[in-house]
Amino acid sequence: MSPKKTYERPIIKKLESNMPNKFGMRTIYEPVTHVEGHAVKDLIRDHGSPVFVISEKKIRKNYRAAKQAFETRYPKVQFAWSYKTNYLDAVCKIYHQEGSWAEVVSGFEYDKAIRNGVEGSKIIFNGPDKSEADLRKAVTNNSLIHIDHLDELYLLQDIAKNSKQRPKVAIRVNLDTGIFPMWDRFGFNYENGQAWDALNKIMFSGQMDLVGLHTHIGTFMLSAGAYAVAASKLAHLAQSVLAKYNHEIKYIDMGGGFASKNTLKGSFLPGSDISPSIDDFAEAITSALMNSDYRPKTPPLLIIESGRALIDDAAWLLGSVLANKRLSDGRRSTILDIGVNILFTAFWYDHKITPAQAFTSYTEDTALYGPLCMNIDVVRESINMPLLNKGDQVVVHHVGAYNMTQWMQFITLRPKVLLIDEYGKLHVIRNNETLSTLTDLEAVPPHLVHFEL
Amino acid sequence: MKVKNNIAVSENGFIFNPGSGESFTVNPVGLEMLNHLRKGLSHSEIIAAMQASYNVEADNAERDLLDFIEMMRQYRLMQHDDE
Ligand SMILES: Cc1ncc(COP(=O)(O)O)c(C=O)c1O
Repeated sequence: MSPKKTYERPIIKKLESNMPNKFGMRTIYEPVTHVEGHAVKDLIRDHGSPVFVISEKKIRKNYRAAKQAFETRYPKVQFAWSYKTNYLDAVCKIYHQEGSWAEVVSGFEYDKAIRNGVEGSKIIFNGPDKSEADLRKAVTNNSLIHIDHLDELYLLQDIAKNSKQRPKVAIRVNLDTGIFPMWDRFGFNYENGQAWDALNKIMFSGQMDLVGLHTHIGTFMLSAGAYAVAASKLAHLAQSVLAKYNHEIKYIDMGGGFASKNTLKGSFLPGSDISPSIDDFAEAITSALMNSDYRPKTPPLLIIESGRALIDDAAWLLGSVLANKRLSDGRRSTILDIGVNILFTAFWYDHKITPAQAFTSYTEDTALYGPLCMNIDVVRESINMPLLNKGDQVVVHHVGAYNMTQWMQFITLRPKVLLIDEYGKLHVIRNNETLSTLTDLEAVPPHLVHFEL
Repeated sequence: MKVKNNIAVSENGFIFNPGSGESFTVNPVGLEMLNHLRKGLSHSEIIAAMQASYNVEADNAERDLLDFIEMMRQYRLMQHDDE
């Protein structure tokens, strides 16, 4: 008797012309069985499913490439790691080892940066939510305080007066770069004169050191040109301050927002094809600064707070197939143990997802769902995938930015995060949560302790 | 339900529905199930036949067969027994 053949699910597929359809371009699939030399199945066996994996090598490589892109074009450049993008201590420390300052937007992030050993004067404190206590601490530590609104400016003035300390400040400027939507809810507007007003208030108060100008024009920017517009507007403000007060602005902080190589939802072409490169952004910003009318004795330091573009492709999320189902419209649906509670960026991106084991050449249009009991738990609405079976493993790509900070403890506990170091060695940098992670914070009043059913 | 009798099925899994002008492909397992269906085998006969040639458990084969038939129906390749 001949040996039995290997079985795979039967599929039938309609043949259509080879045009890109709503399932995107035809994807040529290769299984991704290993991440940085570690077998996906071993990682899941040893650390559970799902599990995040971060590459230290890739982080450093991205960082160095970005630094080089700017430093070959401009004499003084400083990166500041955007904590909210990924504030796991181990991750922050890689950036700090590379020379990055810290960029924080809350008292909690500020304390984390201090705890990580960042000198106060190398912490940039952004955002609309700084308490009086936060501000006092930041003033005492000589941190760079980026004023977001007038209430904060007045509060800081009071703190300066009462404490006899001189806060080091910049203002956050929002401006029209021709890009929609315009991020005008943060900082002072350029076009209507608010920003210029705020600068005058600071200079007239005589109680603060105006050291910088800051903007962050948006997120996942696909146009490098917008940064050129923003940089020349900030340079113009700096020149106005120089002309009126003979005061030199020490730095111009262009924020972050450079697109990563992820594919935005609804985008026809993959992000890897349409996102500008770091060199494009660097070229736009540095040439705008150098061509501007700002003529100080020392050129201002250029600060970059890029987050996602530096880390997105340095992390993967590994998971497993729980079940397959057929939807009422005939589409296949596959349920993964990865939900939007840990893959928050599934709301923004059509993440690349690949099987972690060999498969045949047959593919099927599939909806990928998470395990949560909620309609919104959609990892990919439609993706052309090889046939996956229960227990198969998958790799979600480019998950380094915002997932390990915006993840929610909802229905399931948050999984482990692993770091593969430059020598291929594996480290657990955040343990998986357990029941007590949650219950330790809870308290049950005495009258609710006992019940009978 | 049975497979429409006017559809053409090639040996390598290419299907043509002259009624609609649409064409389809099936993988080898699908082709085998389709051919059994066209011969009028019952579900349990098909499952037994699949188990004879493949390493597959009966309940998996049954689930997949029902799913496959549902897809064929969605693609309008099935007809009611009395049509
Ligand atoms: C002020 C500021 N800087 C930097 C960043 C990092 O942005 P991205 O990750 O898009 O580069 C953000 C993110 O929203 C931000 O608000």
